[in-house]
Amino acid sequence: MRQRHGVDARHKAGHDGFQNDAGLGPAALTFPPGPAVAHQRTPHMLEIKNLHARIGDNEILKGLDLTIPAGEVHAIMGPNGSGKSTLSYVLSGKPDYEVTEGTATFNGQDILALAPEERAAAGVFLAFQYPIEIPGVANMQFLRAAMNAQKKARGEEEISTPDFLKLVRAKAPDLGITQDMLRRGVNVGFSGGEKKRNEILQMALLEPKLCILDETDSGLDIDALKVVAQGVNALRAPDRAMLVITHYQRLLDHIVPDVVHVMHKGRIVRSGGAELALELEESGYAAYGQDAA
Amino acid sequence: MTIPVRPARTPAEDAIAATLQARLAVAAGQGGLEGRLGELSADALEAFRAHGLPNRRVEEWKYTDLRAAVRDFPPLAGTPGPAQEAEAAALALDVPHAARLLFVSGALARGASDFAGLPAGVSALPLDAATASNNPLLDRIGSLQPDRYDGALALNTGFLGEGLVVTVEAGIKAAKPVHLAHVFPAGEAVAGFTRTVVVVGEGAELTLVESFTGREGVAYQANHAMELVVGDGATVNLVRLQEEGAAALHLGTLMVELGRAAKLNVFSLVQGAALSRHSVYGRFQGTGTNLGVRGATLLKGRQHADTSMFIDHAVAGCESRELFKTVLSDESHGVFQGKIVVRRDAQKTDGRMMSQSLLLSDNAEMDNKPELEIFADDVQCGHGATVGTLDDKMLFYLRSRGLPLKEAERLLIQAFVGEAVEFVEDEALREVLIARMVAWLEKRAA
Repeated sequence: MRQRHGVDARHKAGHDGFQNDAGLGPAALTFPPGPAVAHQRTPHMLEIKNLHARIGDNEILKGLDLTIPAGEVHAIMGPNGSGKSTLSYVLSGKPDYEVTEGTATFNGQDILALAPEERAAAGVFLAFQYPIEIPGVANMQFLRAAMNAQKKARGEEEISTPDFLKLVRAKAPDLGITQDMLRRGVNVGFSGGEKKRNEILQMALLEPKLCILDETDSGLDIDALKVVAQGVNALRAPDRAMLVITHYQRLLDHIVPDVVHVMHKGRIVRSGGAELALELEESGYAAYGQDAA
Repeated sequence: MTIPVRPARTPAEDAIAATLQARLAVAAGQGGLEGRLGELSADALEAFRAHGLPNRRVEEWKYTDLRAAVRDFPPLAGTPGPAQEAEAAALALDVPHAARLLFVSGALARGASDFAGLPAGVSALPLDAATASNNPLLDRIGSLQPDRYDGALALNTGFLGEGLVVTVEAGIKAAKPVHLAHVFPAGEAVAGFTRTVVVVGEGAELTLVESFTGREGVAYQANHAMELVVGDGATVNLVRLQEEGAAALHLGTLMVELGRAAKLNVFSLVQGAALSRHSVYGRFQGTGTNLGVRGATLLKGRQHADTSMFIDHAVAGCESRELFKTVLSDESHGVFQGKIVVRRDAQKTDGRMMSQSLLLSDNAEMDNKPELEIFADDVQCGHGATVGTLDDKMLFYLRSRGLPLKEAERLLIQAFVGEAVEFVEDEALREVLIARMVAWLEKRAA
């Protein structure tokens, strides 16, 4: 089992977090006004407090608290309908969701105030449960456009075509992404596993600071799961946090979390170490008012 | 007793009829416009007097009411001077490696046209020269015009005079594209009328580009018609770019006749003019032919663009494909009408027609009117029309990867129209068209 980061690691990670902030350039560095946030040098990369969110009249997140320090991998488990995917969408800025109460800061910055693309440029990445097919937009064209859009937003120089191709060639084969898949429309004609691997390729190229993986294991056979997990594990770093959302413990055998949270009815109701996932596998979510799935 | 009910003539209609009349009188006095051109013009004047400008009471023009839209009729353009020719040459679409023949405000600019650069086996004869020499190809003019009165075409025929007769010898594969560039440079608003007849011989191959560009802000009126005869076993790729100035009126008519086993692949990109109409009349004369007419229309502001097609399957075993993509922003208005007639003897006809449109604004409007008239019993025909908006899920996916909203929209719009552009076989031409679309999209995103 992977060792949990100690307190020292957290402090270091927190420090790194600020270094990275400085590197983000003026576009992403606009701290929201208000002395409370500006002076608070939190070691937490992601800090969610009392978050309430709804879609239409349906309140799904009901006072969620969650903090993830840099360098750690946190898993969120929970029964269907507990709000796991909603949390991932709210953090990445899907327009359908309305935040009615609470805060979410990312490296001290209020991310709820940002457009989805601004969040991406600041380092938030969501690996979709169901990656979208976009016919007519070549995967390669999309990857490069995304990369350069983020660089532009951060005031960095765009990547040249040869450098980009080199980068893709270095990362795609490990994930089993073929030249053909790069030429095709984004996710068009990809199998479920190929779509998930394409998500991890995007993550590897964009090098986000906060990776949110929404049910990345769904629809994967064990071999595909291993490839995806390897891809994710390769991205574990002291200056990067991960939020792994899953219904089953299986994925967590391969991506071993530092902390496991149980989500129920829109809130985190229990947190613990990796062993909590095993316990849930045994007992199911019955204790949280739901039959074992 | 029935009295034809039609509203009183508008000032524009009066001006058009008077100009036509005067022009015919002058021409008669000078001994010009004799023979076929003169007859056709006189017939057109008579028809115009009876019907006037097409309006919404005429079924084919229901969504594009020219009578209401055309308030006045500017004077006919004179012969362009060297300065105008130079400006027009600069305004013309740049098509790499093509032989360009230039029309300035509806008049052939001989000095600025690359007659010498025409590929071997291809000739282009100015209409006046053809008239002077009593060229037999003149008989082709008007031979493809539809039975029903088409007001835009009637005007073009009424003002016959400027244009070209282009021929491709049998068996010749033209080594480079021929580009007919129509440009209206700066100056007073004028009206210009051009007619091109293209006859492609048996087994020949030709790539033809027609472009229409002009100064922004000048309310000129461009009216162009082409009669295209694709001989047995011949192949023609026709690419058309309509990027008239934003205040212009553009009326275009394409009449085609396809011989046995002939192949015609048309692509039309429409981005310009305040009001435009492109009418396509296609007639199959021999079996085993293949007609593809596709296009993309990108509109903004209060632009109005109409594409109307009339495809007549008169003989058996022919295939036609139509695919039109329309992107509408602001308060723009798009029209697609497509009529496929399959006559009794046209068994084994395979016809598919699709119009897809993307509304980028609540105030944009698209009118689709597909029509099938099938008299044969062993055919495959289908039509479809869709109107939609950009997919929110796709937009969010792209934005979640860092693409700003406008850029995400641009990618999706490009993908949408790309499905039609990919049918342009010539890669260099496809690149030219994509570059024009990207320019439009970037302007919109700015």
